[in-house]
Amino acid sequence: MNYPVIVDVTLRQGIADPEGATIERALPALGFTGVTHMRAGKSFRMDIEAPDEASALEKATALAERLLSNPVIENATARSGTKG
Amino acid sequence: MKHIGVVVFPGSNCEYDALAAMGVLGAQADFIWHSETDISGYDGVILPGGFAHGDYLRPGALARFSPVMTAVAEFANSGGAVLGICNGFQVLTEAGLLPGALQKNRGLTFLCQPTTLIVESTKSVLTRGATIGQELIVPINHFSGAYTCDDATYRALEENDQIALRYKENPNGSRGDIAGVANVGGNVVGLMPHPERAMSNLLGGADGRVLLEGFVNAPVGAR
Repeated sequence: MNYPVIVDVTLRQGIADPEGATIERALPALGFTGVTHMRAGKSFRMDIEAPDEASALEKATALAERLLSNPVIENATARSGTKG
Repeated sequence: MKHIGVVVFPGSNCEYDALAAMGVLGAQADFIWHSETDISGYDGVILPGGFAHGDYLRPGALARFSPVMTAVAEFANSGGAVLGICNGFQVLTEAGLLPGALQKNRGLTFLCQPTTLIVESTKSVLTRGATIGQELIVPINHFSGAYTCDDATYRALEENDQIALRYKENPNGSRGDIAGVANVGGNVVGLMPHPERAMSNLLGGADGRVLLEGFVNAPVGAR
C-alpha cells in the first residue's frame, strides 16, 4: 500500500537562518506585527509503498537523513500526509 | 609531470579555469566525468566550482552521490591530494570528507568580489607553499559560502590546525571568518574563493598561484 508522507526539514537550533530573519524583518512593513522566531525550512511530499504506516514513516526518516537534510545543520521529521 | 584530474559534474562551470590554471603551472590535467568510477593514475584531484546537479536540494547534496565520489573518497582516504573550490568545497562537506557545512550568505546576497585572505596554516596541500599570516587577494563568487559548524567541530579545527585560510574582512557570515578548511591529514582541502581565477597579473592578480602551485607539487600520497 502507498502511504502519503511529508518530511519537514528545518535548520537546527542555534544555526543562523538569514532567510527566516529577513522574512521576519519584512513583516512589520506589511502590517503584520507580533511575529517572532520565524524560521525558514523545506517540506517534501511523497508516497511510500510499505506494509504499514509506521514502516513508511521509518523509510521516510531514513531517506530524509541520508539525502533530504544535511544533519550538520538541519533536522528532518517525517509525518503522515493526506492523499491527493 | 604531475597529473591532475578535474572532476566535471553536470552543472560544473569552472572546470576550464581549473584546467587552464594547471596548465600554467606545468601540470598535465584532464577532465574526469562524474560517472567515472576509476580515477587511478592521478596525483591530485580538483572538484571545481559551479552548480553541480543544479544545486538542487542543497549545493553538493546530489553531487556527493555521483559515482565518481566513491573513488574520490578512496583517493582522499589513502592520502591523495583533493581540492574543492567553491561548489567543490560544498560537495566535499556534503560528502563528509571535510567537516562543517556551507550555508546561504549572511544578507542573502550573491557575492562576486575580490577578498583578502590570510593564511592561517601551512599544513594543508593548498597552503603548504605559503607563509602563515600571508595576505592573498582572491575573488569569491558564491551564494552559499557561509561556513558553519558546531562548537565541538570548531574547537577541533583549531586544535588540529585545520583552518587553512580566513577572510581578513568577513564577507558572508562564515564562522570564525573561515574561507578554507582541511581534513586532519591536510591532504583534503576546500575553500570558497577561486584561486584559479587569480593566476595572472594581466587578469587582475596572481595571488592564487602560490596556493595551486603548492597543491600541484604536493608529495604524492603524503598525509
